[in-house]
Amino acid sequence: MKDFNNIMEIQDFSFTYPKSQNPALRNVTLPIRENHITALIGPSGCGKSTLLRSMNRIHDIYKGCQYQGQIKLKAEDGTASNILDIQKENGFIKLRQKVGMIFQKPTPFPMSIYENIAYGLRISGIKSRYNIEEIVESSLREAALWDEVKDRLHQDARRLSGGQQQRLCIARVVALKPELMLLDEPTSALDPISTGAIEEMILQLKEHYSIAIVTHNMLQASRISDYTGFMYLGDLVEFNETDTIFLNPEKEQTDRYITGKFG
Amino acid sequence: MRLLINKIVLGLCSLAALVGLVFLGWILTTLIIKGTEALSPYIFTNDLINNGIRNLLVGQFMLAGIATVFGIPIGIMAGIYLQEYGNGTKYAEFIRDLSDIMISAPSIVIGTFVYAIIVIPTGHTSGWAGIFALFIMMLPIVVRATDDMLSLVPTELREAGIAIGAPKYHVITHIILRAAKVGIVTGLILAFARVVGETAPLLYTSGSSVYWSHDLSETFPSITVSIYNLATMPDEKMVQLAWAAALVLTFAVLLLNLLGRFVIREKHH
Repeated sequence: MKDFNNIMEIQDFSFTYPKSQNPALRNVTLPIRENHITALIGPSGCGKSTLLRSMNRIHDIYKGCQYQGQIKLKAEDGTASNILDIQKENGFIKLRQKVGMIFQKPTPFPMSIYENIAYGLRISGIKSRYNIEEIVESSLREAALWDEVKDRLHQDARRLSGGQQQRLCIARVVALKPELMLLDEPTSALDPISTGAIEEMILQLKEHYSIAIVTHNMLQASRISDYTGFMYLGDLVEFNETDTIFLNPEKEQTDRYITGKFG
Repeated sequence: MRLLINKIVLGLCSLAALVGLVFLGWILTTLIIKGTEALSPYIFTNDLINNGIRNLLVGQFMLAGIATVFGIPIGIMAGIYLQEYGNGTKYAEFIRDLSDIMISAPSIVIGTFVYAIIVIPTGHTSGWAGIFALFIMMLPIVVRATDDMLSLVPTELREAGIAIGAPKYHVITHIILRAAKVGIVTGLILAFARVVGETAPLLYTSGSSVYWSHDLSETFPSITVSIYNLATMPDEKMVQLAWAAALVLTFAVLLLNLLGRFVIREKHH
């Protein structure tokens, strides 16, 4: 492959869940391009979420996960470090501030809209009230939520609609200025209109952020992503530009999945 | 035929429910009839030595209150350990089982235990012994309530907190506990209501006193123990006072239970 600007490089990566004999991912090699959207598709149980969750090591909440290979994350100075070497909680905290994650179900914290965003900022060390207010506004704008909530910032976030909650969760991550955003089926619990709003927002975010998204919805992958990886039973079957994957895949398996013959 | 069986089963179940209600109604009616005879503002402003129940009420709530002050933090922390840190480990399973067994331990056993380890060595009954007995009773209830309520908080919320870079203890104290707050508070109110009406753990531990007292190292006034004592006295006046005390205590516990339910309902609106 040519020398691209990669925010993350996954090399020969295998992953085994605690108390499991068989690895859930086998020898996956995949680049995540900077300021592009990379989609991971594949049938249920193919390991796409497992791979995404490895990228900020959220798996490590549960003891006994086994990693092999390397996941290199580019730092601001251009050097790369292997995130699988992280051992201490401090290291994890720094990693997760650089690599943010949005989940399938919206997860607003039990506090006000404002506090939902301010919480992560304070944890990351931003104490000045003026700064926090400024970032809350700018990240809500980036998540296309500002106009809907600017008059009720101090209301309980759990009263927002599902789509609004999900955009709040994205704003919460955006506020931390991550280098990479991981989206784990972010629209599968939402209606088509909210889904459209979120897709549009993701396309906007691409200008400033690198994004990896897991999706069940192939049309969604083809609409928004620049690169697509097709996974099946723990293997990365094929990775390429999205147009190539959808119009002219190399592997027959990819073709059969794309055209809906299985999955 | 099937319709007939259906009707018979329905009839039997309704009857069974009615039996329960009849007894509850009977108890409350008797309490109100017998209790109101001696009920007057006088008994709330005088101590037992002057035929009032002021010292008994204050004493009972002090015993249960101080037991709660110790029971809540320790119980909540133990519940947090079970659900957030030790979940799935053998040690946590052991503690959880032990705590479930403790909930159903006969209260007189706890009273006797505290009698053996505190009252006999110190030579006399005391407020602290009573508090310790109520504390032992309350602890597993608080542990269980916290454990249950935390288990209802979705895993995604924990992951979301971790995923924005919050340390685990911070996620627990600022996000998880807040999400489970209403349930835990309800559990605490019900746990307090449970121990405030106990007699057996206090019978040999705090005893009861006819005087006003602030000294927890001495025998301490308790309304439940005094009801037991007064009810067996030959003096008709004293028996009536026992009824009045029982009525007051019943309504206090009833109010606490209603308060617990009210907190739950508030959440759903």
